[in-house]
Amino acid sequence: MLLRHTSKEVKVREGLTINPAKTCQPIGAMYAALGIHGCLPHSHGSQGCCSYHRSTLTRHYKEPVMAATSSFTEGASVFGGQANLLAAIDTIFAVYDPDIIAVHSTCLSETIGDDLQQITRKARDDGKIPEGKYVIYASTPSFIGSHVTGYSNMVAGMATQFAESTGAKKNQFNIIAGWMEPSDMREIKRLAKVMGINIVLFPDTSDVLDAPQTGKHVFYPKGGTTVAELKSSGDSLASLALGSISAEPAAIALEKKCKVPFETLDIPIGLTATDRFIMAISKVAGVNVPDEITEERGRLVDVMCDMEQYLHGKRVALFGDPDQLLPLTEFLLDLNMKPVHIVSGTPGQRFEKQMRQLLDERSPETNFKSGLQADMFLLHQWMKNDPVDLLIGNTYGKYMARDEDIPFIRFGFPILDRIGHSYFPNVGYGGSLRLLEKILNAIMDRQDRDALEEKFELVM
Amino acid sequence: MEQIGILEGRQKQIFEKRKGTTQADIACDTSSLSGSVSQRACVFCGSRVVLYPVADAIHLVHGPIGCAAYTWDIRGAVSSGPELHRLSFSTDLQEMDVIYGGEKKLYKSLIELIEQYKPKAAFIYSTCIVGLIGDDIEAVCKKVARETGIPVLPVHSEGFKGTKKDGYKAACHALMKLIGTGSTEDISKYSINILGEFNLAGEAWIIRQYYEKMGIEVVATLTGDGRIDAVRRAHGATLNVVQCSGSMTWLAKEMEEKYGIPYIRVSYFGIEDMSKSLYDVAVKFPDRPDIMEAAKLIVSEEVKTLYPSLQKFKKALTGKKAAIYVGGAFKTFSLIKALRSIGMSVVLAGSQTGNKDDYARLKEMCDEGTVIVDDSNPVELSKFILEKGADLLIGGVKERPIAFKLGIGFCDHNHERKIPLAGFIGMYNFALEVYQSVMSPVWQFAPRKGGSL
Repeated sequence: MLLRHTSKEVKVREGLTINPAKTCQPIGAMYAALGIHGCLPHSHGSQGCCSYHRSTLTRHYKEPVMAATSSFTEGASVFGGQANLLAAIDTIFAVYDPDIIAVHSTCLSETIGDDLQQITRKARDDGKIPEGKYVIYASTPSFIGSHVTGYSNMVAGMATQFAESTGAKKNQFNIIAGWMEPSDMREIKRLAKVMGINIVLFPDTSDVLDAPQTGKHVFYPKGGTTVAELKSSGDSLASLALGSISAEPAAIALEKKCKVPFETLDIPIGLTATDRFIMAISKVAGVNVPDEITEERGRLVDVMCDMEQYLHGKRVALFGDPDQLLPLTEFLLDLNMKPVHIVSGTPGQRFEKQMRQLLDERSPETNFKSGLQADMFLLHQWMKNDPVDLLIGNTYGKYMARDEDIPFIRFGFPILDRIGHSYFPNVGYGGSLRLLEKILNAIMDRQDRDALEEKFELVM
Repeated sequence: MEQIGILEGRQKQIFEKRKGTTQADIACDTSSLSGSVSQRACVFCGSRVVLYPVADAIHLVHGPIGCAAYTWDIRGAVSSGPELHRLSFSTDLQEMDVIYGGEKKLYKSLIELIEQYKPKAAFIYSTCIVGLIGDDIEAVCKKVARETGIPVLPVHSEGFKGTKKDGYKAACHALMKLIGTGSTEDISKYSINILGEFNLAGEAWIIRQYYEKMGIEVVATLTGDGRIDAVRRAHGATLNVVQCSGSMTWLAKEMEEKYGIPYIRVSYFGIEDMSKSLYDVAVKFPDRPDIMEAAKLIVSEEVKTLYPSLQKFKKALTGKKAAIYVGGAFKTFSLIKALRSIGMSVVLAGSQTGNKDDYARLKEMCDEGTVIVDDSNPVELSKFILEKGADLLIGGVKERPIAFKLGIGFCDHNHERKIPLAGFIGMYNFALEVYQSVMSPVWQFAPRKGGSL
């Protein structure tokens, strides 16, 4: 019992976080930047930050993850990190030769007052950025927000710093990916193609973090949104932002800078959220939904109907990130399951409001907390007081699942102990079907395991 | 990849052993170049890995959430009892704390933690930001120690204040405060502390057993399967036996100075070094010849079963080449010997934190043509692996996928080892793991070594 010390009695904590359900901004910025083609993320801070982020992303994707660091020393933290960053920019273009350096800040560089906008401007003025190359930046101090907002800031930075409006609209739409896996991004592109629309998807980590074995270590894999695509996003007819926390800020930036209108949607996880996504494309682009997609939907609904008896009233605890939790909760409710406890370490009134609204309408008795002290310790305490049949969340959930002896589905970031998330999507009707299959397998495997011999069924 | 060369300014940290040349010493102990894709970590990381295995203490990370989140249960340092070390505690500093200071939050967190978990001691890690905002964590720790009656130890591990090695030192500094506070009554004259063994996959248990079989009392293991009470009485031991020289030599020296306890450096990897680490301890107790006899008996019995079992691996692996890139250089020496004993040669040897002496010794040990690197990066590693035709890479988490992308075998000799690699049984496990990875049929489906089949 690894978590044997978890007490049942919930006390208000004022300072302490135990077993966090979030991590810090910079890793999100690093992940987002890997979704630009030919981009080297750069961590403006101590060496450890970069090392930890690369290790975590490597463990999650089982792929090499490249990023550089300013390698702050004591001197830099007294005199400012400008010299380090300028030297880093020189080194990186000279040696690693990326098309783009995407710099993100850290708690250290923010606190000493380094201004990334000013330093990158100086780099340009000093001729440190070769012709046709770019340095973009995002401010991501770790003492604000979470990994999710770090991602969001970097994606917004892409929009602000790349998008151009030429005055001539292009027949294309932007889809701004909220935090999702390479497999999800690949599926979004497929759905857009089947719908018959041209899109610029950014960021796009497919073919970057799910690269094939080639016998080579490729520093800049073939995937990622290109600079040309990012620039042209200013001429798109409209943007669809998938996720109000992780994607919408980029859509707002595009509207501000290039007057591209936008609509914010949930990440299309589950039936209803995917319906909204498909209908939004249909409406904004004026295209009909092709049979192929209607049939995909039909297959999902078919399984939902076939298996509904196994799902009724099943009690679920879930934790993770806002933009995934919202549509996931909705999907669980559509399946007649009961989300009993929901926790997200990511703070923010927007999410708080959205989730409350969904729960007030459909599941007012659900325990829900986000932000400070909304951690896995609290979730575990809740589960002890009010047990559940299933736990859904990232790898760290395995301790609670083991201690409480309940089925567990890995979902979210990070997943350090299983594969699959890079390759099989959770979005779209197909992805939702896979998610449903996982839920059913978890519940039915448990039912089989626990069944008395005389009740042990062959046909289920 | 071809167009990416060796980082300018890095040439001095790379060395290729050639006949008849007298090259300058390898440059090391330097901080990484700004802008390099370094495989290194920070001061905090150094402190965290050293103290982490102390299982009945709480480890509170004072800073924004990331530092606690990334170091949550990432090291398979197993405990035979309490498992407080496997939880993640953070003060999760927010913008307002950065502006107004985090001392109050630290105080409250500590009180809440100690009330919840009743630990034997608390380690408080400073992160970058704490060094900047100037929280007086010493004062907070003192206050909490007074109020709760347990040792509350600040660890000055601000990430930017040096390299990982400085973090080791900060951790040892905290341990030094504990050592000497427990009773040394009943400790045998024939006793040791095991330093720098972290009980990954249960390795410390194996080592401890050997020494106990020899009739030696192990007072404390620092810090594998560590307990506060054992640390407090560590000054009662007669000898310190130091593995992982990078992290614990400082502590051994301090203990020598303060308590007059001599120390020896050992390694538990490979038959040769493992045996030597038993003999070297036995030699220190000349008035008890039975200890040396017991050591000899252990070695002969272990080798009797181990040696034949290695032959099938040796037969398959003879002529295969290995690349080594690990944290500390001392480990590299053992690995070279261990690999040789199963027929493999080493074509690349490097470390993140080796010092001058380490690299001088490496040069001496290595074969002609072996590349030696300090603080390397993925580009260099890939380049040398391909050029030298390595069949195996030994490294840590960030190196693993590089090996697999290049289509060669891999062995984790870092935090993520799943089976004990130390001790005699560890040598068998190591050989088996290397054999299974290098000889795996999966490589036949991969365009090997840079695209040529």
